[in-house]
Amino acid sequence: MTSARFTLLMAALAAGLLASMTFAVMVGSVDITPRLIGEVLFSKLGVFTETDASKAQTVIIWDIRFPRIVLAAIVGASLAICGAAIQALVKNSIADPYILGVSSGASVGAASVILLGAFSILGEYAISLAAFLGAILAVMIVFFLARVNGRLSVIRLLLAGIAVSMVLSAITNFMLMMSKQQGGIQAVMHWMLGSLAGAKWSNLGIPFFSMLLVFILLLMNYRQLNALLLGEETAATLGVNLDRFRIFIILFVSLLTGVVVAVSGSIGFVGLIIPHIVRMMAGSNYKMVLPISALMGAIFLVWADMGARIVLAPEEMPIGIITAICGSPFFIWMLRRKQYSFGDGE
Amino acid sequence: MSFSVPDKQILNNISFSVELGKFVGIIGPNGSGKSTMLKIIYRHLKQTSGFVTLYEKDILDISQKKLAQELAVVSQETPVLFDFTVKDLVMMGRTPYKKWLAADNRDDFAIVEESMMLANVLHLENRTFSHLSGGEKKRVMLARALAQQANILILDEPTNHLDIEHQYQLMDLVKDLPITIVAALHDLNLAAGYCDELLVMNDGALYMSGTPEQVLTEETLREVFHMQAGVSKNPFTKKIHLFFYTND
Repeated sequence: MTSARFTLLMAALAAGLLASMTFAVMVGSVDITPRLIGEVLFSKLGVFTETDASKAQTVIIWDIRFPRIVLAAIVGASLAICGAAIQALVKNSIADPYILGVSSGASVGAASVILLGAFSILGEYAISLAAFLGAILAVMIVFFLARVNGRLSVIRLLLAGIAVSMVLSAITNFMLMMSKQQGGIQAVMHWMLGSLAGAKWSNLGIPFFSMLLVFILLLMNYRQLNALLLGEETAATLGVNLDRFRIFIILFVSLLTGVVVAVSGSIGFVGLIIPHIVRMMAGSNYKMVLPISALMGAIFLVWADMGARIVLAPEEMPIGIITAICGSPFFIWMLRRKQYSFGDGE
Repeated sequence: MSFSVPDKQILNNISFSVELGKFVGIIGPNGSGKSTMLKIIYRHLKQTSGFVTLYEKDILDISQKKLAQELAVVSQETPVLFDFTVKDLVMMGRTPYKKWLAADNRDDFAIVEESMMLANVLHLENRTFSHLSGGEKKRVMLARALAQQANILILDEPTNHLDIEHQYQLMDLVKDLPITIVAALHDLNLAAGYCDELLVMNDGALYMSGTPEQVLTEETLREVFHMQAGVSKNPFTKKIHLFFYTND
């Protein structure tokens, strides 16, 4: 893809994201016009103060829908870039950000708070914090299991990730099975399938800055990510310090994935399919894959969350179900296309 | 240097030096340790004992990046790839020169274009790597190594998968480079025709070394390769040429 086409695509995607977010604010149990959205936004930003919006409309737009949609975009972008980075790390096209055990670790954390009341002194942040700690702990276990004699083997990393995930899922399932509280079980299930309903302006900061930091760090190292795709040996002869670079990727990707899972639950599929869609459009050069993935992931999740809000309204559909139902057919269609190499070099 | 894996010594006390600017060929039967030795030279494997020096400095003390500026490698490894264009791939040869966030500049593009021209892949620049033939892939990987602008080029069986025209084209190209070449080669006549010096490996040890004339004798071929051979001269190039036969 040429740089002119890349710029054009980025501009189109940025416009698409903005349009999607505006549309997402309009949709819901209370209809909102784009004009009102603009007025509320600008008055909140202090550009002008006059607005036709009623007090209730302002609250719905600014305090309920906006943070949720912004969070959807952040989570989508984060999962997509983490997926892209992990796929380069393990050089495997079926990898997603959860392959190192993040989501199963987070589930144990969340379930122990919801079902067993752990960390209850932390109040409303208990679930997020426990999920984050569970995620980081799981990745650390996987990492040390995969490191033998000071060397990190990719295949061991993948297998350790799967093994640890299985053990942790078993623990979560055991807690679910032993629990007598119907409400708690449902809450855990809901959490595991992901939801953005908990979004507030006050809890957007950490995810946003984590995303920004990891995105910039990854983009700064796009050459090394590209080199990884040429194989370990070749990457090393191109001057990539493999061990150090792998640890760097694992650290930052796990951190961002952990943060995102802590605020939204483990939303599946985004981190797997978005990087593939992007590579199909733009090739594998990470200089382009990363920014395009971020925007596409954001757009995809804004729409998925919109679906989650309206499909069963006034009930909420877990967003993980939407991403899987919409994502899978597309992915299967893509799998059957011949022109795209899934990393097997065919 | 020596190299062992548990239960087996792969390389046994090998010692040699390579003069700058020379084209050195490494020959030997399958399993004689050619690739292993090359991997130690480019630091993919770490020797059990001994050392490899570059400009009188142990390569283990040179940073990965610095080493990549001095030493380029075309290995046998077939890359696992998503879709890269040929041009993007050759551009990766510039990786060791790039700081964080540094953009590809005009020099890089010029070097990349020249490398592609040398390796005869310029006409493929916008093609997808995974759709190329085996020989084309090899040439692209060579172009990538050339873009690294290293003083030493290590080739592990560079003529594998190449048709006869491209075998000679590649050897011609490599021979004309003003840098040091260390190449593991299977085709003994090709080695004889192009290398300044040959190292013969047998069973993890260095059997002998010297010019093709010194090394490629009937005795060496019988002892190391277990082949009956007649040694003659290529009437056109005046280089050593071998004729093989069996006693059936």
